[in-house]
Amino acid sequence: MTSHDSTPAGTAISTKTADRENAPLADLTTFGRGRQTLLDRFQNLVHAQPAAIPLLVLILAIAAFGLLLGGKFFSAFALTLILQQVMIVGIVAVAQTLVILTAGIDLSVGAIMVFSSVVMGHCTFRYGIPAEVAVVIGLATGALCGAVSGMLVSLVRLPPFIVTLGMWQVVLASNYLYSSNETIRSQDLAEHAPLLQFFGESFRIGGAVFTNGVIAMVLLAAFIHFVLNNTAWGRHLYAVGDDPVAAQLAGINTRGVLISVYTVAGLICAFAGWALIGRLGSVSPTAGQFTNIESITAVVIGGTSLFGGRGSVLGSVFGALIVGVFSLGLRMLGTDPQWTYLMIGALIIIAVGIDQWARRMVG
Amino acid sequence: MSSADTILSARNLFKRYGRVVAMNGADFDLLRGEVLAVIGDNGAGKSTLIKTLSGATVPDSGEILLDGQPVHFTNPQSARSAGIETVYQDLALSPSLSIAENIFMGRELRRPGLLGSVFRILDQAKMNERARKELSDLGLLTIQNIMQPVETLSGGQRQGVAVARAVTFGSKVVILDEPTAALGVKESQKVIDLIKDVRARGISIILISHNMPHVFEVADRIHIHRLGQRLCVIDPTQVGMSDAVALMTGAKQPPNEKT
Repeated sequence: MTSHDSTPAGTAISTKTADRENAPLADLTTFGRGRQTLLDRFQNLVHAQPAAIPLLVLILAIAAFGLLLGGKFFSAFALTLILQQVMIVGIVAVAQTLVILTAGIDLSVGAIMVFSSVVMGHCTFRYGIPAEVAVVIGLATGALCGAVSGMLVSLVRLPPFIVTLGMWQVVLASNYLYSSNETIRSQDLAEHAPLLQFFGESFRIGGAVFTNGVIAMVLLAAFIHFVLNNTAWGRHLYAVGDDPVAAQLAGINTRGVLISVYTVAGLICAFAGWALIGRLGSVSPTAGQFTNIESITAVVIGGTSLFGGRGSVLGSVFGALIVGVFSLGLRMLGTDPQWTYLMIGALIIIAVGIDQWARRMVG
Repeated sequence: MSSADTILSARNLFKRYGRVVAMNGADFDLLRGEVLAVIGDNGAGKSTLIKTLSGATVPDSGEILLDGQPVHFTNPQSARSAGIETVYQDLALSPSLSIAENIFMGRELRRPGLLGSVFRILDQAKMNERARKELSDLGLLTIQNIMQPVETLSGGQRQGVAVARAVTFGSKVVILDEPTAALGVKESQKVIDLIKDVRARGISIILISHNMPHVFEVADRIHIHRLGQRLCVIDPTQVGMSDAVALMTGAKQPPNEKT
């Protein structure tokens, strides 16, 4: 959809244009912006720092539950527990963000994650391949799944929703067929291939409990954030999501960017699969049923626009954390878990509303 | 005219789309440092001509010479790397990226040393500085934030960013496709001034426009395109606006001797 083209049509725009007509010529010819209302500044903030609002919501949510629950919630243990609980969704949300920034969507992230973890487990136990090599094979499997989606989207020009809806089913079915629906037990893993459980290992700092997976999630998000902002690939990814035609005319290989984005997303999902083994302890082909929806939720609450070109991976991690804070906080309050879903649902709608508002009124 | 003064020329271009002949032996000459306006009625084939010069269309036959050397453009990138930049009518900017990022889109500068070559890290400070310099050289920038997203700019300002992008990389020829079509009166005037500034840098400009007052204000020569070929080239100081329109529409025949 060419939602960008339709943005200047709102009524808010016409009043702004009227202001410009009355402004002295100097304002037209320079890049000066004239007076800014508080609302304008807020909008610019939403624009320039898409992760700012989710961070604010996260801090407010922690503060609110801290006030309601006191030390039980506001403790190093409980707060780091949230990190452990959102670790998988957080990693997958990083992958999902990359795809959504290109105005796509990846419904197959959860399936790729589980399939990759199953490949890692079965390579080790069925074929006796060393765990290190099995991990590499698993990561390659995820990247390959992503590459297939990427090629279907960019070369065959199929809609990302349909491609990944199909890939979701294909990969999930492959997962069940390949694994014969067998779970590899935690004890076997610990005995023969402890490397697969690496991201489940934890260490304590005071009352805080960190797992290697949590550290990995933070490092991954920071790394991808850096890459998006400091490499040409990162900027091209935004440009392709923003306006693919403009990106192409500017000399960007848009197809190459799209294929690489889906491939990297697949790779990150496979990495999440490795982390999933650590989180569960075992290799289970039935794990992560809702990861795709949860990752999209985190990305949207994190302020990334579903229309592409706007957002950040840090926002998505904040989005995942917001969900985690609400889940744990409401559970500790003893409310019906449905309240959590209700709150998350409302947050999604609010987040998309803010994005639309920012698009309409700036410019 | 001597070839030393001609920067870009085309001879005998043909292009057919099925039965439609879009270019029927079209010729074209752009002199060094001039603003050449290209006008023609809808369907005269001027956009096919322009697309051919900017690399977006490959002609069936005919030759294009840049600085006297034959060139064969297969896509806009090949034309661009030869020094022909096009500012498209819809500007081809990425709205949510910054001014600096748009100017360097597809031609980013990397950090010197290993950081740039191995880790491929961008030199954003340098890009921002060069973007700022470019805009202020063009008289487009006083103080403002080079990191501002393009979608917060007015239409004229965006046109300025697109033109700045076209002239930042040492281009020889800039093609401007209807640069004032979407603008108000004041902003159009600003863009006309901008075209004069770019010409003052010695860059040759091809201006496609339907707006006769703008064409007559800024053009050094006017190429009139009709029925897939160059009808004539006129001197705007010698020929009036109504005569130009009459030539364009076929109401009047060109004088035998081309000016």
